[in-house]
Amino acid sequence: MTIIKRGFAALAAGALSTALAVPAFAEPVKFDFWFGLSGDLARVVDTLCKNFNDSQKDYEVVCTSQGNYDATLQNTIAAFRAGKQPTVVQVYDVGTATMMLSGAYKPADKLMEENGYKIDYSDYFPGIARYYATSKGEMLSFPFNSSTALMYWNKDAFAKIGKTEAPKTWEDVGADLKALKDAGYDCPMAINISANESWQLMEQFSALHNQPIATKNNGYDGLDARLEVNKTKFVQYVTDLKKWYDAGLIKIKSKDLGQDMVQAFATGTCQLILTSVGDHGTVGRTQKEGMNWDVAELPVYAGTERKNSLVGGASLWVLSGKSDAEYKGAAAFLNFIHDPKTALFWSTNTGYIPVTKSGFDFMKSNGFYDKAPYKGREVAIESLTASEPTEITRGVRLGNFTQIRAEFGTQMQAIFANKVSVQEGLDTLVKNGDAILERFQQTYPGKTLP
Amino acid sequence: MEKRVTFGRWTIGILFAVPQLILIFTFFYWPAGQAVYWSLTLQQPWGGGNIWVGLDNFRSILANADYWNSITASMIFAGISTGLAMVIALVLAALTDRQLAGSSLYRVVLIWPYGIAAPALALAFRFILAPEAGFMAVVNKVWPGFWDPGLDGADAMASIIIAFSWKYVGYNFIFFLAAFQAIPRSLIEAAAMDGSGVIRRFWDIQFPLITPTIFFLLVINITESFQDSFGIVDIMTAGGPANATNLMVYKIYSDGFKGLDYSGAAAQSIILMLLIIALTIVQFRFIERRVHYR
Repeated sequence: MTIIKRGFAALAAGALSTALAVPAFAEPVKFDFWFGLSGDLARVVDTLCKNFNDSQKDYEVVCTSQGNYDATLQNTIAAFRAGKQPTVVQVYDVGTATMMLSGAYKPADKLMEENGYKIDYSDYFPGIARYYATSKGEMLSFPFNSSTALMYWNKDAFAKIGKTEAPKTWEDVGADLKALKDAGYDCPMAINISANESWQLMEQFSALHNQPIATKNNGYDGLDARLEVNKTKFVQYVTDLKKWYDAGLIKIKSKDLGQDMVQAFATGTCQLILTSVGDHGTVGRTQKEGMNWDVAELPVYAGTERKNSLVGGASLWVLSGKSDAEYKGAAAFLNFIHDPKTALFWSTNTGYIPVTKSGFDFMKSNGFYDKAPYKGREVAIESLTASEPTEITRGVRLGNFTQIRAEFGTQMQAIFANKVSVQEGLDTLVKNGDAILERFQQTYPGKTLP
Repeated sequence: MEKRVTFGRWTIGILFAVPQLILIFTFFYWPAGQAVYWSLTLQQPWGGGNIWVGLDNFRSILANADYWNSITASMIFAGISTGLAMVIALVLAALTDRQLAGSSLYRVVLIWPYGIAAPALALAFRFILAPEAGFMAVVNKVWPGFWDPGLDGADAMASIIIAFSWKYVGYNFIFFLAAFQAIPRSLIEAAAMDGSGVIRRFWDIQFPLITPTIFFLLVINITESFQDSFGIVDIMTAGGPANATNLMVYKIYSDGFKGLDYSGAAAQSIILMLLIIALTIVQFRFIERRVHYR
């Protein structure tokens, strides 16, 4: 039913936009932008769109939230197959490989060049640019909302065990969790083990330790990449997490159980969590009165040379099959988003980080990171720029990665429920993940990633 | 002799049937045919092309242990939730039919659950059954670790069964009550005068007379438990933990829409369709024999 409804809605929206897109004198050219954020964040995007429409007279962007990232991609595909696609669409990080093979986009760098905009691509933080760029370094889409994972720690609790700094290694974390437990804290650390946490537990961990998730440089070099997380340092990490869980040092917190880990941290129930910098604002707004907390980079195992962490979020793709006038509008819109002033507006109103060095510098010079609610978010930039991205820490470019993340959740749940051992669970993850990758490869015979 | 109204020419009859045929074709045969075609090809999600693979999609699905796990989970879910929903509704309807005090109130109240959309209902049950915050938190306090749908597959399965049964109790109740009320009072009164008790009357008179309704509800409940479970699973467990509640209809959704594997999802929906058809045939062949239509 909903699919049919959405189909009709898409048709209606499409018909409407073509009807309105007929160029007329003095009427601005309208074009569609579909995005996947909802709630507070959707309101910020709407304001952003309004600011763009007010900033000039030639174009008018019509921004429509599709609810979430999955739905945005699904609806865009349905609309594209019906020839009613939006001009600009927000696609989440792990959808990048699917988009690159779709043949349904207009390369963003070419679009900007054709319309006379000069974008300095070296201005993007390399960790962000490389995640979305082709293996040759071309930007097919524009990074939009970006974040990375951080460790949130409760300063009050750590003060009780005589610590004034966040643990930097996992060995220290183990000792600190034990000390917190002995000091009477029931939940020293909270994690969750659904598909979503693949990001901070598997992907970020692997990048920081320069460990591959898949062969062929995490898939950048070919569709025949296969998973290999069952023989990297990640095995050790899951083993430790499971050990700490069994010892009662880690508790599983999720919305289904009553309280997710961000709530558990903000209310002071749990003392340590690993989550996105995007939650920085939420913790600040919902924290227990007077609680002292801070963020730090994710820990690494002792003796590891720390690499950059991965960016998370989404980028903006321009789809093929639209008119030149709409492309002009899209280019102007992307240029507007690229502006450092927009970066300041965007980061102030959301928890996302600036994606360009000039945006970051502009925000720093405005004293953004000195003020209380935003102080600490610069740690995300430090984490993202801890090193030049290596062949492995550029990102993850695997087909149908959403399904691999789901498989990660499934196997972690099996491991934590003592159904299988850590090694067995990760072996199954690799086996099932490889079947997904193989299927993706078969669907695109003879095609290669750009 | 029976008198029949017939059309002079067969074309007029066809003409009258055309609007209905077009509807059925557009909304059933065409999509179903498309699904069959997709299940025999590998579809690129963006429509860039497809390859004919014959029965490969079916082979790879049937060779997948996760898929068999999904079939087993669906069967368990269908069996238990249908049983629960029907037995509870039958008991409630029988009691309401006896005109016990307040039965007019129950009649209205018991119909409500069916009117609630599955996701809304699932959200409510997620609160009620949350091990740390809801009603079950009290039980967990007394008996730590008793209820943990986050990691224990059996607990998660129990949650979705409870939520689904709760909804269908209302639906079944309407039909059972109507069936009970269609039984002539005189039959029951005669039996009562002959000295049979409530239970005796139920088994010997009421139950045999409502078997057509029981059979109808059995078919509907089993079919719906395969199809209408989606909203509940999506909100309450998302198929977890460790695939314990990954019912067939949910797996079709997650493979097709989240994983963009349209061909695999199409093949799975063909299998689901065949399974439901087979189950319905079995019910008509073997159970309907025991049904007495009046």
